[in-house]
Parts: sequence; structure tokens; C-alpha cells
Amino acid sequence: MRRAGWLIAAVFALALPALALDPSEMLDDPVLEARARGLDHELRCVKCQAESIASSNADWARDARREVREMIAAGATDQEVRDAFLRNYGDFVLMNPPASGWNLIVWLAGPALLLAGLGVVIAAQRQRNAARGPEALDPEEEARLKELLGEDG
Amino acid sequence: MIAELGHFALILAAVVAVVQAIVPQVGAAKRWGGWMAMAEPAAVLQFALVALSFAALTWAFVTSDFSLRLVTLNSHTLKPMIYKISGVWGNHEGSMLLWVLILAGFGGAAAVFGGNLSDTFRARVLAVQATVGVAFYGFILFTSNPFTRLASPPMDGQDLNPLLQDPGLAFHPPFLYLGYVGLSMAFSFAVAALIEGKVDAAWARWVRPWTLAAWVFLTIGIALGSWWAYYELGWGGFWFWDPVENASFMPWLFAAALLHSAIVVEKREALKAWTILLAITAFGFSLIGTFIVRSGVITSVHAFANDPERGVYILGILAVFVGGAFLLFAVRAGAMEAKGLFATVSRESALVMNNVLLSVASLLVFVGTVWPLIAELALGKKLSVQAPFFDTAFTPFIVGLAVILPVGAMLPWKRAKLGRSLRAVAPAAVLALAALGLVWAVQSGRSLLAPVGIALAVWIVAGGVLDLMSRTGRGPLAGRMGRLARLPRADWGKFVAHSGLGVTILGVAAITAWQVEDIRVAQTGQPYEVAGFTIELQGVERVQGPNYFSTMAEIAVRREGAEIAVLHPEKRVYPVQAMPTTEAAIRNGLWRDIYVVIGDEQAAGGWAVRTYIKPFANWIWGGCILMALGGFISLSDRRFRLAAGARRARAEGVPAE
Repeated sequence: MRRAGWLIAAVFALALPALALDPSEMLDDPVLEARARGLDHELRCVKCQAESIASSNADWARDARREVREMIAAGATDQEVRDAFLRNYGDFVLMNPPASGWNLIVWLAGPALLLAGLGVVIAAQRQRNAARGPEALDPEEEARLKELLGEDG
Repeated sequence: MIAELGHFALILAAVVAVVQAIVPQVGAAKRWGGWMAMAEPAAVLQFALVALSFAALTWAFVTSDFSLRLVTLNSHTLKPMIYKISGVWGNHEGSMLLWVLILAGFGGAAAVFGGNLSDTFRARVLAVQATVGVAFYGFILFTSNPFTRLASPPMDGQDLNPLLQDPGLAFHPPFLYLGYVGLSMAFSFAVAALIEGKVDAAWARWVRPWTLAAWVFLTIGIALGSWWAYYELGWGGFWFWDPVENASFMPWLFAAALLHSAIVVEKREALKAWTILLAITAFGFSLIGTFIVRSGVITSVHAFANDPERGVYILGILAVFVGGAFLLFAVRAGAMEAKGLFATVSRESALVMNNVLLSVASLLVFVGTVWPLIAELALGKKLSVQAPFFDTAFTPFIVGLAVILPVGAMLPWKRAKLGRSLRAVAPAAVLALAALGLVWAVQSGRSLLAPVGIALAVWIVAGGVLDLMSRTGRGPLAGRMGRLARLPRADWGKFVAHSGLGVTILGVAAITAWQVEDIRVAQTGQPYEVAGFTIELQGVERVQGPNYFSTMAEIAVRREGAEIAVLHPEKRVYPVQAMPTTEAAIRNGLWRDIYVVIGDEQAAGGWAVRTYIKPFANWIWGGCILMALGGFISLSDRRFRLAAGARRARAEGVPAE
């Protein structure tokens, strides 16, 4: 029994990583703290696998959270905080890729693929209708389709 | 000795698979009955051998045979029995063995239940399935042998990663694999059909149940993983758009598209080429998923033991199978002339829209997942594409799907009048708009997220009810109710699964918009308020579990003076792996979960306590369960069972004539 107690004490003596955000890190002003938490979710823990500094337990993330709060307490705007992290750590530190340059590819992928998909569908339908001849749709139905597709897309 | 037996059985299974891949394929080409007939016994034997091999590995884990490298690395004598068993697949080598076990299991099932397929087609399907098997046997035997022995076995093992010691994780991988690997059946059917040069309604009737089964398993697997993350990771996130999650989500989306396009082939013999393409793509994406998970080229929170060499092997498998299938498709696509024509406004067109949205959404996830890799390789830039991007880019597709679903589900086949169908679903639209207005009015914030999510859920469920009622004809209500109960199971399956989608959308929207987070230092015996609930830390004690030590808090939750729960959140340390985990305590409820986590003891006294109020959390997984249930109901439809019976009856009838 005594040995078990000793073992427990030894285990708890190990420095355990804290849970993501600790109350001691938080700003007293709830408005500023809310802004800081918003930023926590936008910044990536660069030493972690794929987590924001909001959800990571790593030391790096804790330091980054402290940095965010220090800057906000000193009166920095959200954008100034983002820019500071961007200067120090590059694009990698942002959870979202910046919407500029080559990265537009990933931002425009959804709409572009959707347009391409619809284009293929409409071309295939035209082909079928052409093969069928007189039974093709009248203009009124075509207009309805456009309306429907427009609403859904 | 038993481990060597397992290794030997695995090698034998690989040999049987080689024979099964070649002999029936040649037999089908040359119309040699004897050669084709080899397929079924080979498939069954192959399954039996892999099962033996898997049993041998399980035995090694259960008996803690630390002379096996894999057992030493992933097990411990003190570990509870359920995790000794789940530890078999809680690692790379064992999980690949589970993969081939399921692959061979699907092959064996197709051999046993494939009596109503034509002889040549069955031989080809089983041969293709075995070809996939050969590739994976090679992968295991050459790069990931689970039966490697240690020269000097240690006294005890290194234990399984504590995060994996959880009932949710015990079942999450097997279900995912049943889904991933189940899609190999769709692939085998597609490739066999391309070789045979024939795709018809009967083919679709065969592919659909297999795809449906795979999709149901994948749904359950993904839901289990999400639920596990929710209660285990300590802050109640349920989906992170992590590459490994995306790896399971992409095949799920493609399988959902395939399910719907196969309906068009079955009912109308249209969209054949597209359906074949989808079947190949769906399995292709489950291979891509395997590659992402096993190669480690993309960083993920899922820390698997990964190895670039294994990644290259899987990339090779992917290139050969998907590339080969696409090549075959290019050569044979002309043979798949569509029979059924359809107008621009028709059920077929609605299902095409479903397919476009699901496929594009899946490709979008793919682009987002691999973009960091491409940017680094091609542009030399390190950047992140994480959850906020996916939330923004993906959501419109789900909204689009949900908007067209009830209308599309009611449109008649072939040629429809949009006006008539829109009138039929008008009551659902009114109800949905009413819900939107009501939720907008009562919520405090100005976010459209929750009102739209709830309106979409009402729209889908009410639309489904109208669809079912419209199928009961006219007349007194009693008669219609009787007919409602006698509707084909497929109709009920459709209703339940679609409603499940609505419920999940509602849960995700509500929890995202309305969850409340409270982080503070709590003093024992000093209650405080969080969103109308009174939280009181009553005490903290240290306890010892079977293979961990725990700091356990007792927290009372009261509402209007009445105690509604006493929760025991824990912080555990697993000494063998020197790893701490948080065990949140959750009061589950239909309308909300109360989720508390105990943090560190503070220097100035008191404990860090996090409290989350998570509205409609359980609706997320409840919806997934409904989706899976709908799939099962649809699977039990008469026509899938009858198709088998009818063919047998005819076969028996012939000699009597």
C-alpha cells in the first residue's frame, strides 16, 4: 500500500502538460478575452500536427496564446496580431490559406468544380436530347431547369 | 508456434489469392467451366486461411505473447481484455491484417451468395477481388509482417496508446474498414462488367446492396470516430477536417453518390458509364485514404506509425488498380449505351444533381487536403488548410443538397412536371420557413447558422413524410395508413436515411451556433452559474485504475435548485506510456449535453474547471444512426431478396419441363 502511494506521488510529480487554455492565462476583460479566443482558433500551433493554438496542449501553443493576449492587452487590433504572427512564422501559422496568389486555386476549387460538373451534365443532356430529336424540351422547360439549377448552385 | 502457423496461413492465403486471380479470369475468357468453378471454393478457402491467421494474432495478444514484436509494442499484461483484443487492430500491421480479412470476407460472401450471377460474371468478380487481395497480401508480407518475433522477449509490453484504450476506438476501425474494403466489391463488379462489356439493370441490382452495406458501415465507423473525439479530447469537438478524417469522408461522399446513381441504372438503365466511373473512383478514394493514413505525407493529429516506404507501395497499388480500371473504362465505355432517356426535369436529373454536388464536395475536400503538400512541393511554401477553410467551402454544398433533396425525391421518373412536385412539397416548405422564423426570433445572436440548419432539417423530414403519404394514394386515412405500413422497405429506408441527414444537419448547426464555453478556477463548495445551470465543485480525489492513476473530481449540476447530475470528470496518467489523458464527464440529454472537464490544480488554490453546454449534440450521431438504419432497412427490401430466389426457382424448374 505504501509503495502504491509512493508510485502515485511519483507519477503526479511528473510535469503534466496543461489542458489547452488555462484560467491563469485568461484576460480579465471578457470582451478582450473573447477576441483572443477568436484569434486562437485562427492560428495554428506550428509545433503540433494539425491543431489550432486554441485546442493544443503543447508549450508552443501556450506561449502563442500568451503572446496573443499580451498584444491584445497592449491595444493591438486583431489584424495586427495576425500580421505579427504571419511575419514571424509565415503562412503556415494561419489555419486558413491566404486568399491570394496560387492559393486562390484552393479557394476557387469548389465553385470551379461545380461549374465544370454542371457544364458536363448540361452537355450530356444536350447530346441525349439531340439524339432523341423532336421530344427535346421546349424553351419553357429549359428556363425552369435554369431556374432550378440557379437556386441549387 | 501458433504465430508461425498464423504467418504460414497468411502466406497460403496469398497463394490461393494468386490462383483465384488468374484461373477464373482465364476460364471466363475461354468459357472453360471447370476453371471458372474454381473461383468460389478458392474465395472461401482464402477467407478461412486469413481468418486462421487473424485468430493466431489475436491469440498472441490475448495470451500476451511478448516474443512477438507487435504484441510487445502494443500490449501489456495489465491491460483489460477488451483492449487486448482491440489492440490487434490498434496498430499498423494488425490493422492491415484486419483489412485483408475483411477483403477476403467480402470475396467469400460474394462466392456464397452469388448463386444468381452468371457463371462468367461471378468468376470475373471473384478474380478481380482476389487481384486486389494479392496486392495487399504482398504489402503485408513484404513491408508489414505482424508475426515478426523478437530474439529476446521482454518481461512485459509497452502498452497500447492510452487514447486508443476506449470502447469507441475498439469498434471504430473495424467499421471503417468494413466500409473502405466493402467498396472493393463495387470496384470488382465495375471492373468485371467492363471486362464482360455488359452493364444492365441486373448488374445495378447486384452492386447496390454491396455499396449500400459498405456505405452503412462507413457511416457507423465515421460516426463512432466523431463521437469518440467528442467525449475524449476534452473540449467536445466532433469533427476537425483532419486529413485522416477527410480520408474517410471522401469515399463516404462518393459511395453516397454511387448509391444514388446505381438506382438510376437499376430503374432506368441510364447513367451506366458514370456509375461505373463512380464505383472505380469510390474505391480509388478509399485507397487514397489508406495512402494518406499510412504514408504520413500529410501531417495529421492521428499519429500512426507511418513509413514512407509503405506509402510508396500503397501509391503503387493505387496507380495500378485505379489507373488500370480507368484505362479499361476508356477502352470499353462505348459498350455501355444508355437505354433509358430522361427529360431535363425528372427524378433522373435530380439524382444527377445529387451526384454532381456529392462528387464536387468530395473533390473539394480532396483539393483542400492535398493543397499543403502540393504548395510545399511545387511552390516551396509551407501553409495550412484547416477546419475554417473546410467549414466555409464545404457547407454550401450540403445546403444545396438539402434544398433539392425533398423535391428531387418526389419527382417522377423519366419526365416530370416541376410545378406539380413543387406544389406537393409546399407544406414542407411552409413548415421549414416557419421554423426558420421562429428560431431566428427566439435566439439571442444574429447568426443565420442555427435557423437555416433547423429549417433544412424540417424541410427534409417533412418533405419525406409528404413523399411517403403521396405513395399511399387517396381515400380514408385508415386505408392510407394500412398502405403506408405495406410500402416497400426501400421507401422506408429512403425516408429514414434522408431524415437522418436532416437530423445531423440540425445537430451540427445548433451545436456550432449555440454552444456555451466557460473556463474558470473553481473553489470547492462555491457554486457558479453557466447558461442557467449551477455548477459546484464538491471535491477532488486521487484514485487508481487497472493500468492508470486518476485525479477525479466530483461536480454537482443543479437547475433551479434541483440536482440534475453529479459528474466525475477525470485526468488520467498511464504510467507505462507516461501519457496523460482527460476524461470528460458528460450528462447526455436530448436537448443538450452538459460537458465538464477538470484541469490543473491552481497555485493559489482551486482547480481549473471547464464547462460546456452543448445543445443538440446527440442529434449529430443520432442522425448518423438513422442514416445507417435507413441503409439497413433498404438492404432488407424484397427485391434484393427476391432477385436471388427467382433465379434459383427458374434454375430448378428447367429440368422438369
